Amino acid sequence: MTADVSRPDRARRIRVLVAKPGLDGHDRGAKVMARAFRDAGFEVIYTGLFQTPEMIASAAVQEDVDVVGLSILSGAHLALFPPIMTALRDVGRHDALVVAGGTIPKEDIPAVEELGIAAVFGPGTPLHEAVAFIRERAPTREDVP
Amino acid sequence: MSLSARVLDGDRRALARLLTHIENDDELGHAALDLLYPHTGRAHLVGVTGPPGAGKSTLVNELIRAYRERRSNIAVVAVDPSSPLTGGATLGDRIRMTEWHVDPDVFIRSMASRRHGGGLAETTLAVSYALDAAGFDPVIVETVGTGQDEVAIADLALTTILVQVPGLGDSVQTLKAGVLEIGDILVVTKADRPEAGELARDLVRLKTLNPGQRPAWDPPVLKTSATRREGIGAVIEAIDQHRAWLADSGELDRRRRRIATTEIAARVQAELRRRADADDDSCLNTLVEHVIARDLTPYRAAERFLGTLPV
Repeated sequence: MTADVSRPDRARRIRVLVAKPGLDGHDRGAKVMARAFRDAGFEVIYTGLFQTPEMIASAAVQEDVDVVGLSILSGAHLALFPPIMTALRDVGRHDALVVAGGTIPKEDIPAVEELGIAAVFGPGTPLHEAVAFIRERAPTREDVP
Repeated sequence: MSLSARVLDGDRRALARLLTHIENDDELGHAALDLLYPHTGRAHLVGVTGPPGAGKSTLVNELIRAYRERRSNIAVVAVDPSSPLTGGATLGDRIRMTEWHVDPDVFIRSMASRRHGGGLAETTLAVSYALDAAGFDPVIVETVGTGQDEVAIADLALTTILVQVPGLGDSVQTLKAGVLEIGDILVVTKADRPEAGELARDLVRLKTLNPGQRPAWDPPVLKTSATRREGIGAVIEAIDQHRAWLADSGELDRRRRRIATTEIAARVQAELRRRADADDDSCLNTLVEHVIARDLTPYRAAERFLGTLPV
């Protein structure tokens, strides 16, 4: 397996869950990000539309992702992100790096980041910036057999 | 508490983490498998293979539903291809199975093939062992969309379901060797389409042209339609019958031997490949020089190399 050369401490592929919470049915942005992550050498698990917080948390557990990317265009981010973060904590996945993308107004960003979401990639964010952020910040881990 | 103990204790988070270690082929994964392997061998491993877009994930989703109605704990390993250019992958099989995301007795794991050939990842079977040890039965492995020649799943699964979809070619396609020969159960999906009946008839005809090849088990040809929710009961029944036949006929022992042999050989091959790629094996390098100088054929070089290995 090819290690990520930019991160000598990481001898494994970065796994990213790209999730579409809530009721908006537009996943073009999510698909563009999924494609960019794939091209960056990440393994991307795409959940599909209309995911509840519990579904996202459960997928984050089963897929053991390093990163959870939430794509939202409905404007319901301040309603949906808190229960998602709670659900992730409930299943023990608060160690994952959580990032968000979509139409999130600038004035909401501090509140979103307050929830523990590490970055907000709004429309027009260069793809390589999002990729570089994830490569830099994806967590490492230690286990006992 | 160790990962393996937590896995045996039913901890899904630990199981998922362990699968990552196994997938990365690291020492921690191997060490945990040492501890878990005695707990395996209970699950029935079902392989589902067929061309891209044939409806494999949709069929698996219907299988999950049917097994949940029986209160079975079911695990699915869904393999999708890795990019040959970047090594990245988009794993999209979960999309067809979202209704089970919060069912604690269903465990779905997506795997990238990581450029391993044959429609599977190198570590897919090892991943299925961990799911077996965790108490899931059956464990279903969905391969990468396969073409004509990816038959690896048949050497690793106990029951192989071959999915065929109408409209991909005329009846000559069903005459070709390869993937069509490996199915223990043949499923024609999208049976609501008009050409489905013809395809099913072609597949049946193909079977009868090969009398004696599989004397004891006659692979059924079944039609399913996920949109009409039809045909899945017969597929489950066929899996049950095949499982019972494996046990009664002695074929189960034969298949287990074949699986073990395949796995050991694959591992040896992978290790040799790694040594060859590492380029720091002096014995191998010497042999390479001889082969380039044309004073030794690659065949004889391989013999000599194997002769140096401790047994």
